[in-house]
Amino acid sequence: MLREEELKTFVEGTTRYFEVAAQQPATIGSPYLLEGETAMHDYTGMINVSGKREGVVYFTAPRAMLTVLLMKMQESDFSHESMRDLVGEVANTISGNARRDFGHDFVISVPSVFAGEKPQIPQSPGARAFVIPIHWRSHSAKLVVSLT
Amino acid sequence: MSSDTPLDRRPVKLLIVDDSNIVRRRIERSQQFDDLQVVGTAANGFEALELARRTDPDLVTMDLTMPQMDGIECITRLVKLKPGLRILVISALADKATAVEAMERGANGFLNKPFSDRQLNEAIAELMY
Repeated sequence: MLREEELKTFVEGTTRYFEVAAQQPATIGSPYLLEGETAMHDYTGMINVSGKREGVVYFTAPRAMLTVLLMKMQESDFSHESMRDLVGEVANTISGNARRDFGHDFVISVPSVFAGEKPQIPQSPGARAFVIPIHWRSHSAKLVVSLT
Repeated sequence: MSSDTPLDRRPVKLLIVDDSNIVRRRIERSQQFDDLQVVGTAANGFEALELARRTDPDLVTMDLTMPQMDGIECITRLVKLKPGLRILVISALADKATAVEAMERGANGFLNKPFSDRQLNEAIAELMY
């Protein structure tokens, strides 16, 4: 079952992503245990985790935040497809970076992306889910880590 | 008339492989070498192999987590197809074992995502010169 101290790698990965990709650090709020469901933003990128641990990691963000993030990355394409691409890439990068601590057997899938629809989040028996709040510029997003 | 650059020196041909359009464009935009020519971009291993046959690249940037054919399998096949090809893995997978496996299959360098322009250019330069 996911322990609170294991969240550190995801918090660091999120911080690193904004610092490097957007050259502007995000503020990370206090992670909290998710009971039930959490509200999704406009776009959600989800990674399925298998191997040593099972569950999902997903990043959900509003379109406005993703648009500014793309601008900071010198992108000029703000289409629906670019938003989908970006949420998937953020989820993939943070999850992949977590292998630094979880190791090679922390197997991640390619991202599944949801936009304007309620994603079906698979529930792994025995998994515990934490929400990591992300504040960047005037926008808020969430990283949800649900692992056995 | 003399020149420091030999007349027959041709650009280094680069193939960019990543399932994210944003990352492919970012690599293409951020590389700062006059003597590097992007000859193609691919979104998965199958596309990469097809493009490698057609464009004969000297250097490939390779993502690992991709649909249909992942980067590790693609590296293995590319090295068989074109021995001597230089491959820079650019991946979010940050564990040591993945980097070691990629190198054993034939990669020559490894850069973790997220990366800065400077990190990208340094990593490319190491394989170009």
